[in-house]
Amino acid sequence: MNTTPIDKLAETDLEEIRNERVSFERTPDMPTEHMILNFGPQHPATHGTLHMVLELDGEKVAGATPHLGYLHTGFEKLGEYRSYNQFVTLTDRMNYLSPLCNNIGYTHAVEKLMDIEITPRCRNIRVALAELSRLADHLLCVGTAALDIGAFTAFLYGFRAREVLYDLFEAVCGTRLTTSYTRVGGLLRDVPENFAEMARESVEETLRATSEIDRLLTHNRIWRDRTEGVGVLSAEDAVAWGATGPVLRASGVDWDIRKNEPYLGYEAYDFDIPIGRNGDVYDRYLVRMEEIRQSAKIVRQAVEDLPSGPVNADEEHAVLPEKSEVYESMESLIYHFKMTMEGHGPTPPVGEVYAATEAPNGELGFFIVSDGSREPYRIRVRPPSFVNFSLFPMLIRGHMLSDVVAILGSLNVIAGELDR
Amino acid sequence: MENQEDRETEDVGGPESEPGPVTTRIRARFGDASVSTGNAVGCESVIAERDALLPFMTFLRDDPELSFGYLVDVTAVDRLPLDQEIRFAVVYQLYSYKHNRRFSVSVPVPEADPRIGSVVSVWPGANWLEREVYDMYGIVFEGHPDLRRILMPDDFGSYPLRKDYPLHGKGERDNFVF
Repeated sequence: MNTTPIDKLAETDLEEIRNERVSFERTPDMPTEHMILNFGPQHPATHGTLHMVLELDGEKVAGATPHLGYLHTGFEKLGEYRSYNQFVTLTDRMNYLSPLCNNIGYTHAVEKLMDIEITPRCRNIRVALAELSRLADHLLCVGTAALDIGAFTAFLYGFRAREVLYDLFEAVCGTRLTTSYTRVGGLLRDVPENFAEMARESVEETLRATSEIDRLLTHNRIWRDRTEGVGVLSAEDAVAWGATGPVLRASGVDWDIRKNEPYLGYEAYDFDIPIGRNGDVYDRYLVRMEEIRQSAKIVRQAVEDLPSGPVNADEEHAVLPEKSEVYESMESLIYHFKMTMEGHGPTPPVGEVYAATEAPNGELGFFIVSDGSREPYRIRVRPPSFVNFSLFPMLIRGHMLSDVVAILGSLNVIAGELDR
Repeated sequence: MENQEDRETEDVGGPESEPGPVTTRIRARFGDASVSTGNAVGCESVIAERDALLPFMTFLRDDPELSFGYLVDVTAVDRLPLDQEIRFAVVYQLYSYKHNRRFSVSVPVPEADPRIGSVVSVWPGANWLEREVYDMYGIVFEGHPDLRRILMPDDFGSYPLRKDYPLHGKGERDNFVF
């Protein structure tokens, strides 16, 4: 049998194959029937419960219809019946890969509504934890994206480093997943004494894993063939469809909320925003890898000189007083009661606010309408996954069936956040 | 509900402060009565009319001094317990890359006729966001290419984020048929 040796497959041939994929059209003179394939709800590559109906022409995807809602939990409805601090626990369960970023994004919105200035120590701790969560999220995203395509090793390297990060979260919050670490105007409690040391160690571990993944994947022929030119998103489309985060930046749009609308004092940190060129799966991977390195830089700066002082703002109507004071001072005891009794707690003025933070997946926004009572009148989460995933039917059209998992992995769709 | 009185005085209209640059620009194009000031904290906001929404939104996107190229979010608020004349408000969050500016547009939609123009032709990203508002509030977006429920099952009879829908549901869970 005559076969083409692998080294004879020139670069131009590959180019042709890629072009053919993108300019896919049905051949009019060859009548074929489209096949309907259900992808999910139980499929390992959906990383949650996600259902897509794919219309296949041979092995090419002619159309995709996502069906969401399998993990719909009604967080927005539930939020209208919970006090402002109780809602923090619900934010954990949205993007469960980086719950701390959700905690921080949410309390940031409430603090904006109530006009509370948080303390410098609290600000630095929040920045450090947000970036450590970003590391964990990106490690998992890159790892599982590679796992879905068939590179198991990268996933294991990422998970080993992620374990160190989760040990840190456990030491700080007491839990690994449902962190619920922030409170309106401050934090649940101060970080442990060796926080800076632990943060530096976990950053080292992450960077080590990142360079291992980098050596495994970045110049890997199979990885590049599977990802380059797949799921190309132009900058114009990315903007028009409202894509954010690494998906937007991989398409070459230089926009990051941490730089463009700095919050938590991000303007004081020295870091760069990586930008992609082609907007394909490979560029999204490269952007995430570089973001890991940049976030590592931010963590080091944030814990370098961690300001001393309290972690809670001096706002007796919004923040619980120190426990030691509750035992000794009458006023603190009253404020403690006023904060914890049913029907009491932080009460923002009448108004509405939209506040966005840069979560690992993109813009995580909270829109809160307050009627001046103890519960939000309306609370809306603008989830980055939801908007990014709406691009999927457009990105997959004309690609091969096996590219479904590649594109899905690069969008990093988190079902908990998608369905809320 | 102890703050009922404060709320009504503050919520309806609100004190007319100095309009921001975006509001000024809109009023120069559509007339002074076209929009009134909204009450968003930390960003400029207006309350607009639902008639001729599409030309209004297209203007916000295309005008070089505004260029709100990125539709951040579409959502709605049910104001039933607030005793407002018009029950729903559809809220659009916009962002301009060019001017690094956020802007919020709130459009009242009455209960008797819950319809509003779809902005999918202006920002394609509005597709799923509008479907979610339809799913949760039953507000129909006219001109939407694919207006189906998105999070709830297709045969779900109610609109769960409406204020008159109880937190524990209407027994859908008990009567669920496989």
